[in-house]
Amino acid sequence: MTDLSPSGATAKNMAYPLNAWYVAGWDHEVNRKKILSRKIADRPMALYRTEEGRPVALTDACWHRLAPLSMGSLVGPDGVQCPYHGLQYNSAGRCTFMPAQKTINPSAMVNSFPVVERHRFIWVWPGDPMLADAALIPDMHQMGSDEWAGDGKTIDVRANYQLVLDNLMDLTHEEFLHSSSIGQKELSESDIEVTHDDRTVTVTRFMENIDAPPFWLKNMRDKFPDFEGKVDRWQIIEFQMPSTICIDVGVAKAGTGGLTGDRSQGVNGYVMNTISPVDQANAMYYWAFMRNYRLESQRITTELRDGVHGVFAEDEEMLTAQQQAIVDNPDHEFYNLNIDAGGMWVRRLIQRAVEAERTMLASDADLSDAKG
Amino acid sequence: MSQGTQLHWQRAVVKSRRAAADEIAEIVLAGERPLFTEPGAHIDVRIAPDMVRSYSVVEGAVDGSWVKIGVRRSPTSRGGSRFMHALEPGDHLEVTSPLQNFPLRVGAPRYVLLAGGVGITAIHSMARVLKRLGADYQLIFVGRSRPAMAFLDELHREHGPRLRLSVDDEGDVLDVKGLLGQVDHSTEFYMCGPIRLMDAVRRAWIERELPMPNLRYETFGNSGWFDPEEFELRIRGSERHTVVSPDESILEALERVGVEAMYDCRKGECGLCVVKAEQLNGVIDHRDVFFSEAEKSTDTKLCVCVSRVASCANSAGAGAEDSASTRATLTLDFP
Ligand code: FES
Ligand code: FES
Ligand SMILES: [Fe+2]
Repeated sequence: MTDLSPSGATAKNMAYPLNAWYVAGWDHEVNRKKILSRKIADRPMALYRTEEGRPVALTDACWHRLAPLSMGSLVGPDGVQCPYHGLQYNSAGRCTFMPAQKTINPSAMVNSFPVVERHRFIWVWPGDPMLADAALIPDMHQMGSDEWAGDGKTIDVRANYQLVLDNLMDLTHEEFLHSSSIGQKELSESDIEVTHDDRTVTVTRFMENIDAPPFWLKNMRDKFPDFEGKVDRWQIIEFQMPSTICIDVGVAKAGTGGLTGDRSQGVNGYVMNTISPVDQANAMYYWAFMRNYRLESQRITTELRDGVHGVFAEDEEMLTAQQQAIVDNPDHEFYNLNIDAGGMWVRRLIQRAVEAERTMLASDADLSDAKG
Repeated sequence: MSQGTQLHWQRAVVKSRRAAADEIAEIVLAGERPLFTEPGAHIDVRIAPDMVRSYSVVEGAVDGSWVKIGVRRSPTSRGGSRFMHALEPGDHLEVTSPLQNFPLRVGAPRYVLLAGGVGITAIHSMARVLKRLGADYQLIFVGRSRPAMAFLDELHREHGPRLRLSVDDEGDVLDVKGLLGQVDHSTEFYMCGPIRLMDAVRRAWIERELPMPNLRYETFGNSGWFDPEEFELRIRGSERHTVVSPDESILEALERVGVEAMYDCRKGECGLCVVKAEQLNGVIDHRDVFFSEAEKSTDTKLCVCVSRVASCANSAGAGAEDSASTRATLTLDFP
C-alpha cells in the first residue's frame, strides 16, 4: 500500500493548505489565445484573460456534465463557452446563457477562484475565496524590479511538493548532487543558522575564504574579467508560506566584506522558487534566477537560465526517484539529520496551517448546509 | 436557499453591545459552538418562543469565536429590535449558525455595492473582501443623516475614494438612474437596504436590460401570486385522480398516487419536471424560475415541483376558501 497519508511533520507526502496563494502559471502563459488547464492543490482550473487583460481562474469542469471548460472557447468580454452543450459562464463563474431554454437556472455556476497577477506570476487561492488577501502573496519583488534581471522556467515534477521544499531548505546536497557546478565540500563543513516566525523560515550559511566553484567563478569573471583568487560565499534561504523559497546567493572577493554588508566586490543572485502542489505526488515548480549586475546583458540572462536549468535537472531526477522510492517502500519512514532543521521548521508551519483548516472545516458544516 | 435547510439552534452569550449609529446597535455574540460566518450571512435569533428575527452578520472571527451583528431599532417593532437593544453583556439568547442567502462571488470585472441604512451591516464585509482581493469596486452608502449611518469612520479609512456617500438631509439624494447608467453588462451589483430603494434599482436594471443574474440581493424565493389552496389533479387517459392539498406539491401528489415523473432540483430551477397542462379550470400559479414570463403567460406547461393551480377567486391575501364548489382542477398530459 502506498502511504500518502498527509500528517506529521516528517510525513513523506505532506498535505497542502488551501487558504493560500499558489502560482498557476507565468504571466505570459495565461492569455486569450488558449484556455490554460492547470491543476492546483487537486483543483482543476481553466485559466484565461478577459478582454481587459484581467486573469481569471474557473473550475475546469462545466456545471452541466463536467466537460473541461479549457477545451471550450472565449466568449464576450470576460466569459467562456463550454465545448459540449454550449453553456456560457462569465468571469465570476455565473452561467449567462443556456442555449436550449429562455431562462437561466440560477444555480448554474462554476467556482471562480481569487486570482492576482504579481511578480510575473498568476497567483490563485484554491480555498475559501472570502479569506483571500492579496497582501499575503509572497515577496518576490526581484522578479519585476529595474534593479534585477533574469529569467526562469517551469519543472513539472513527479514528486510531492514538500520534497522540493526539503531540497531547497538544505543546500548541503549541492556538494553531492551538483558537484560539477555549485557543489563544494565547504558546504557541509560550514555551520547554518536557522530563524523563523509565523510565516517565514530563514537558513543562513556563510563560507569564508574558499575557492569559487565553476558556476560562481564564471559569474565573478562576467563582472570582474580578471578575477583570480579566493572568495567568501553566502546562501541565505528564505521560505515564505506556503511554498515560496527565495535564496540570496553570491560570492565576493575574500575579505572585502561580502558577508557583512559590502557586496560591491562580488556578484549577487536570487534564486526565486515557488512550488505549487498539483496533487499528492506531483508539483509544478516555477523558478527564476535574478542577478543585480550586468543588467544589460541578455547573453548572461540566457547563460544563467540554462546553467541553473542544468543544475535543477539533477534535482528533478533525484526528486522523481525519491518519490518513486517512497511509493516502493511503504513501510519505511523518514528520519532527520541536523541539516534538516530549516526543512523541519517549514514542515511544522505548513502542518499547523493544514490542521487549522481541518478544525475549521469540521465545524463549518452549518454554514455550507445553508448555502443549499 | 434557506428553504429546506435545517436550522441548528444553539445558545449564545452577549459579549458586548454598543451604539454603531443612532438607533443601530452593534452586538457581539459568542456561541457555545463556533459561529463561522461569511459576507452576506445572517443569523436568526429567537426573541420569544414564537418570534424569530434575522439579523445580518457584520463580521466574525476566523476561528468562529464571535460574530458581530447590527440591529436597527424599528419604530414599528413588535418587540424584536427593542429586545435586542436592551441586551447586556452576559445575557444569553438562542441563535442559529450563520445562514447564507446572499453570497458574494469573486472574479467579476467590476462591482457596485449599494447599502441603504442598516443594510450596511451585510455590505460592509463584502467590501472588505473585495478590497483585500484588489477587485474593482465602488461602495455606495445611502442614509438619512450622518449620525444615522453606521461604521462611517472605518468605511472611510478602508475604502477611501471607492466609498460614495449619499446623505438625504444634506440634500444629496441618490440618483439611481444615473448610477445604473454607469453600470455595464459585466458588473455585479449587490444591494441591501429599504425595499423602496431596492425596487428603484430593480426597475432601472430591467429598463437598461442588464443581465438579471448580476443583480444580487437577499431573496426568499418566488412565493407565487396566490395562497396555496387544494385542487383536483387528473391525468389524461388515466382513471387516477387525487386532490392536492395546500401543503403538498403536484409532484408529491403524483408520487403518492404512483405516477412516475421526472425531476431533479425540486425547486423550480431545472425544468426537468415540466408537464403539459391538458385542461385547466382555474389559473396556473407559476412558482418556478425556469419559464420566461412569456412562456408563463400561455399556461400550457408547468413545473410540477413548485407550481400550483388556483381557482381565480383566491388571490394572495384573500384567504383560501376550502369548498369543493370553487376548487380548481388540472389535467396533466404525460406523453
Ligand atoms: S457539459 Fe457543459 S454544457 Fe453540457
Ligand atoms: S424539478 Fe427542477 S424545476 Fe421542477
Ligand atoms: Fe539542488
